[in-house]
Amino acid sequence: MGRPRSTVLSTIELKLRLMTTDELTRVFAALADPTRRDMVARLAEGDATVSQLAEPYRMTLQAVYKHLRVLEDAGLVSRPRAPQPRPVRLEVQVFDLMDTWIERHRVRIEQRYRRLDAVLAQMKRDENEHDHRDTHRSRPEASGYPDDS
Amino acid sequence: MITETLIEADRRLPVIRMTRDFAATPEQLFRAHTDPVLFAQWVGPDAMTTRIEHWDASTGGSWRYVSVRDGTEYGFHGCFHEVRPDRIVQTFTFEGDPDGVVLTTLWFEDLGDGRSRLRTQSLVDSFEGRDAWLRTDMEVGVDEGYAKLDRMVIDGAV
Repeated sequence: MGRPRSTVLSTIELKLRLMTTDELTRVFAALADPTRRDMVARLAEGDATVSQLAEPYRMTLQAVYKHLRVLEDAGLVSRPRAPQPRPVRLEVQVFDLMDTWIERHRVRIEQRYRRLDAVLAQMKRDENEHDHRDTHRSRPEASGYPDDS
Repeated sequence: MITETLIEADRRLPVIRMTRDFAATPEQLFRAHTDPVLFAQWVGPDAMTTRIEHWDASTGGSWRYVSVRDGTEYGFHGCFHEVRPDRIVQTFTFEGDPDGVVLTTLWFEDLGDGRSRLRTQSLVDSFEGRDAWLRTDMEVGVDEGYAKLDRMVIDGAV
């Protein structure tokens, strides 16, 4: 389906690297709030009007608009020009950002656990060698004891 | 068998969960996490060397290590809240952000046949903190990890 995953990741990363620290900070701040994260999650299922978005929350429309403005400033959502009521749309590229971070983190952790694989393999070899050495050592010792006694 | 790390960032809590299987017994896995000499060999990242400054892997104990790259040192410390053969509960602080703290639980599960499963859950004190943590890996990746990622893509690992 479509482009290979790695190409998609690189495309998103290219966009991210073009973002300034300020822009990234705005994205973080916007996504730090549970209500806004929830709104973003709901918009991932499709566009919605402001009143549809407001429905599940016990807050004024004004408060919902305030949250939307933060999301809009961060570039996470847009409200395309359209006849009223204007729908709110998720800017998917920016939302994919999170998946990109997670994938990067996963690659880093996988590298760490491959090093752990190697350490565990070495531990096993050491244990085998140790057992082996003990077996060898016990023989001369065992044969030495009769002379002592 | 989960031979590639599974990772999940919770959308409603600032939590990261991971799962990975190893060709080792839970005892060996536990030892690789609690023996400072073994731990320093794999904690990484690749481009850094790890120097353990303090290590008491017992309930109520604490730890500190320094990662060094090109002469620059990054300090990390935390507490071992609970240490048992089947789990470790510990905290983690990057000394560049001393007020930030991650609470991590690690579970070592026996899968039989000399295999075991490592599960971890890390709770960060804010979404911003967690996302910054995830993002840091990407920034490091931009510096050093592209070749490795590309190799993993070619290998079909990603």
